[in-house]
Amino acid sequence: MSLELPTTIPLQAYLVLAALLFCTGVWGLINSRNAVRVLMSIELMLNGVNINLMAFSSYLDGQLIRGQVFAIFVICVAAAEAAVGLAILLSLYRNRETVDMERFNLLRW
Amino acid sequence: MSIASTAQFICFAALSITLVVGALGVVLLPNIVYSAFLLGGVFLSVAGLYLLLNASFVAAAQVLVYVGAVNVLILFAIMLVNKKENLAAIPGLALRRVLSGAVCAGLFALLLRVDLTTSWALPGPEPLGDEATLRIGEHLFSDYLLPFELASVLLLMSMIGAIVLARRDVLVSDVITGEPVDQGLIEKERIPLLLDRSALESSLLEKTP
Repeated sequence: MSLELPTTIPLQAYLVLAALLFCTGVWGLINSRNAVRVLMSIELMLNGVNINLMAFSSYLDGQLIRGQVFAIFVICVAAAEAAVGLAILLSLYRNRETVDMERFNLLRW
Repeated sequence: MSIASTAQFICFAALSITLVVGALGVVLLPNIVYSAFLLGGVFLSVAGLYLLLNASFVAAAQVLVYVGAVNVLILFAIMLVNKKENLAAIPGLALRRVLSGAVCAGLFALLLRVDLTTSWALPGPEPLGDEATLRIGEHLFSDYLLPFELASVLLLMSMIGAIVLARRDVLVSDVITGEPVDQGLIEKERIPLLLDRSALESSLLEKTP
């Protein structure tokens, strides 16, 4: 096994970067007290998934690039999710006067 | 190693460092406005990674949709709900953070193992380069036509849903019965519906002599 540097960026570099971004997003999603930060963490996770799709599309599916089409659909769904999520957040804030996730416990057991 | 590939490596390293530091800042910084601006930086560096992957159209879409729309929307939401509040202390919060950090580190280790031990079918076919935009258009109007149309319906639904959820009720009369509607909903000093009423009522009783 040779130890010389690869001449192009390896696929694994993108995959590791995407995994790191996704795990950061999961941690933020669990631990955020502010509801806006929860939405930002979801965006981080979606971006990690998108990096994965784009890397596979470029390295393994260079002619058909189905991954890029999927990434566009993910961006579209993320935009819809952000709009509805922030509208729900505004409505919650109006009724509760707080954005603390620990106090949104109306439906808790 | 040629100059082009060296430049590629340097760009990749700079973008990944920006990405990781920005993502950590988004979840760790106490001031949420800084988090929102760092999120914009993360989106921009992801767009840069797409450019490195020969996907100029998706990079442009990323900049337009994420940086231009989603990030601005998040900043507006922060502006609308940015009230200074002292969060009540939760027992066991530090323990929860450590435990969830361990779970996330485990997930990362799992993903890392899958990434590094799988033998990917490399090298794949030659990447398209600048023709990718053309090919995406062909996909969207042939084999991905149904998801494309569904995406437009989804965007319409989310737009109407966001308006319905976020507006205040300003109808003068009830749509069905024709009776005048209680306009308390659009006044600013109404009591929020889901607050704890007992504390508010006791404070009101103290005010009235």
